[in-house]
Amino acid sequence: MAQIELEHIDRIFKLGDSEVHALRDITLRIEAGEYVAVMGPSGSGKSTLLNLLGLLDRPNAGAYRLEGRDVTTLSADEQAAVRSARIGFVFQSFHLVPRLSAAENIGLPLVLAGVPAAERAPRVARALQDFGLEGRARHRPDELSGGQRQRVAIARATIMRPAMLLADEPTGNLDRATGHEVTALLEALNAAGTTLIVVTHDPAMGERARRRILMEDGAIRQELQAAAAAPEAPGSGSTAPPP
Amino acid sequence: MTPADTLRFATRAATAWPLRTALMMLAMSIGVAAVVVLTALGDGARRYVVNEFSALGASLLIVLPGRTETGGVNAGSFVSSTPRELTNADAAALLRLSLVQRVAPLAVGNAEIAVGGRLREATVVGTSADFLELRGLEIGQGSFLPREDFNRASAVAVIGDTLRSELFPGQGAVGRMIRVGDTRLRVIGVLAPSGRGLGMTTDELVLVPVATAQAMFDTSGLFRIFVEARGREALPGAQRQVEERLRARRDGELDFTVITQDAVLGTFDRILGALTLGVAGIAAISLAVAGILVMNVILVAVTQRTAEIGLLKALGARAGTIRAAFLAEAALLSVAGALAGFALGHVGAWGVRLAFPELPAWPPDWAVVAALATALGTGVLFGVLPARRAARLDPVQALSRR
Repeated sequence: MAQIELEHIDRIFKLGDSEVHALRDITLRIEAGEYVAVMGPSGSGKSTLLNLLGLLDRPNAGAYRLEGRDVTTLSADEQAAVRSARIGFVFQSFHLVPRLSAAENIGLPLVLAGVPAAERAPRVARALQDFGLEGRARHRPDELSGGQRQRVAIARATIMRPAMLLADEPTGNLDRATGHEVTALLEALNAAGTTLIVVTHDPAMGERARRRILMEDGAIRQELQAAAAAPEAPGSGSTAPPP
Repeated sequence: MTPADTLRFATRAATAWPLRTALMMLAMSIGVAAVVVLTALGDGARRYVVNEFSALGASLLIVLPGRTETGGVNAGSFVSSTPRELTNADAAALLRLSLVQRVAPLAVGNAEIAVGGRLREATVVGTSADFLELRGLEIGQGSFLPREDFNRASAVAVIGDTLRSELFPGQGAVGRMIRVGDTRLRVIGVLAPSGRGLGMTTDELVLVPVATAQAMFDTSGLFRIFVEARGREALPGAQRQVEERLRARRDGELDFTVITQDAVLGTFDRILGALTLGVAGIAAISLAVAGILVMNVILVAVTQRTAEIGLLKALGARAGTIRAAFLAEAALLSVAGALAGFALGHVGAWGVRLAFPELPAWPPDWAVVAALATALGTGVLFGVLPARRAARLDPVQALSRR
C-alpha cells in the first residue's frame, strides 16, 4: 500500500460559463519517504495537485487514498484533523502570522490541536533549536530575514511530526544561497523519513528530487526517476526528531 | 484549541490593531455609559420623589371629594368634580375616630397679598393647627395657626420664609398686618425656610385658618382632608374608619375617595420607573449601534486576515475553532468596551451627584446588569455573522490572498 494513491482524479473549475480542467485523469502513487518534485509551467495544475494532496481542495472525480483511507469523502472537520496530524505545509510566501513571535508561529499547530501549554513549550524549544532559531524565538516575522522566516515556517510545518511535507515553491521568495539552505533543510527532513513533495519552477531544485513529475495542462506528461538516489548526507543536528 | 488559547489568540488579534480596538471600545463604552448615567438620573429622580413623599409621613390618608367609578388612583382622582362637598364638619368628625391622630382640612386658592405698597400673588392654604406636624414643617418665628374649631375664621396668617423676606425686607414680620384678597390678617408666624419640596415649596405659601380661606374664596367645601393615622400599622384600619364615618355622614353614599400615601407613592414610583425604563431603552439603542460596529470591525478583521484564516485551516484548524476565535474577539471587544463604559457611567453618575447633591443618582442594579448583558449579547450576536463567514472561507482561495 502506497502512502498516497490518486486514481483518475479530475478537478474542474468553473469560470463563468467556461470550465477549466485544472487536473485531468491524474493517477499517481507516492510511497512513504519519497522525495517528489512536481514541475511544469504556470497553470499546468501543479498547485492544484498540491492543494488536493493537502486536503485543502476536493476533486470533482476520482479517489484519493491517504495511508489506505479514502479521504475524499471525509467531512471538512475530519479533513482538518488529518491535515493537523499528517500533513505539513510550506508556502512560497511563508504565511507567518505577523503579530505572533517566531516561537508562537511554530507553536500554532499545537495550539490549534489543543495541546496543553506545558507540553507545547519544550516541543517548540526543541524545534527552535533544531532549526537554528534559538536567538529568534521572541522576534516577530518582520524582524526576521527571508531564510529565517522560511525556517520558522518549516519548523511550524513539522512540529506535529507529519507524515508528509507539501512545499509550494519553498525557495521562490529567497535568494540562491538561502534557497539552498532551505532545500537542504527540507531534504534532511526527507532523509529522516518524511515524505517530501515540492512544487517548483526551479529546474535546479527539481533536479535534486529522486522522482520528478512533469505536468502540462492538468495532466502528468512525464515521470522521471533519478538513478542517483543518494542526496547529500543530513546536516549536523538539523534533522527532525523521529516520530 | 483550548478555551484559554482561544482567548489568548483573540486578545493578541485585538491588541494587534490598537487604534481600531480602542475606537471600537469607545463606541461600546459610550453606549453602556449612556445607559448607566441615564438610568442613574431616572432612578435618582424616582428615589428623590419617593423620599420626598415618605418625608410627609408614611401613615398619611388623603380624602378627596368625588369618586371615579373604577376606583384606585389615576389622574382623574385629582381633578374630578364634586357631587357633594367635603366640609369642615366632616373633618371634625374624622378627628374623633379612634385610629386617627391628626386631621388637617385643606382649602386652597390664589390671592393677591398686599403689604404697604407691595403686591404679590401667592397661594393661600386654609388649614388647621395639625398641618404643621402632618407635613413635617417647622416654624421659624412666632407661632403656627392656633388650635381652634375648624369653623372659626380667625384673622391670622402664617407666611413662608420667601414671602417674609420679600414683603418685609429687613424687618420682623410677626405681628404685622397683611391684606390677602379683601381680608386683613395679622401675621402670627413665619415658617422656617424649607429649601425642599416638590415644586410647591412652602416658602411661598400663606397659611390661614381653614374657615378664613373658605370665606376668602367664598366656598364651604374642602379641597382635601389630610388624615394621619396612629402609626403605619393603623393605616388600613384608619382608612376603613374614615370611609365608614364619612359614608354614614352622607347617607351611605360613597362619593369621596380615600387614598393612602402608599398609593400616591406607588403611582409616582411606577410613573418614574417607567420613565427610567424608557430612557434606558433609548440609551440601549446606542448599544445596538455599537453592536453593529462590532460586526463591522470583525468583518474588516476577517477580510484583513483572510490569508491567516487560510493558513489556520491548512494547519488543521476546524471551522468551529476559527468561528470560536473570531467570536471570542467580538466578545472580548464588547466586554472590554462594556467594562470601560461601566466605569465611565459611574464616573458620570458621580458627576451628577456632585452637581445635584439632593438627587440620589445611583444607577439601579438591573440597569447595570442589563447594559452589560446587552453589550455582551449584541457584541457576540453581531460577531456571529463575520465569524461564520471566516469559518466558511475556502482555504485555497484564502491562502492565495496576500
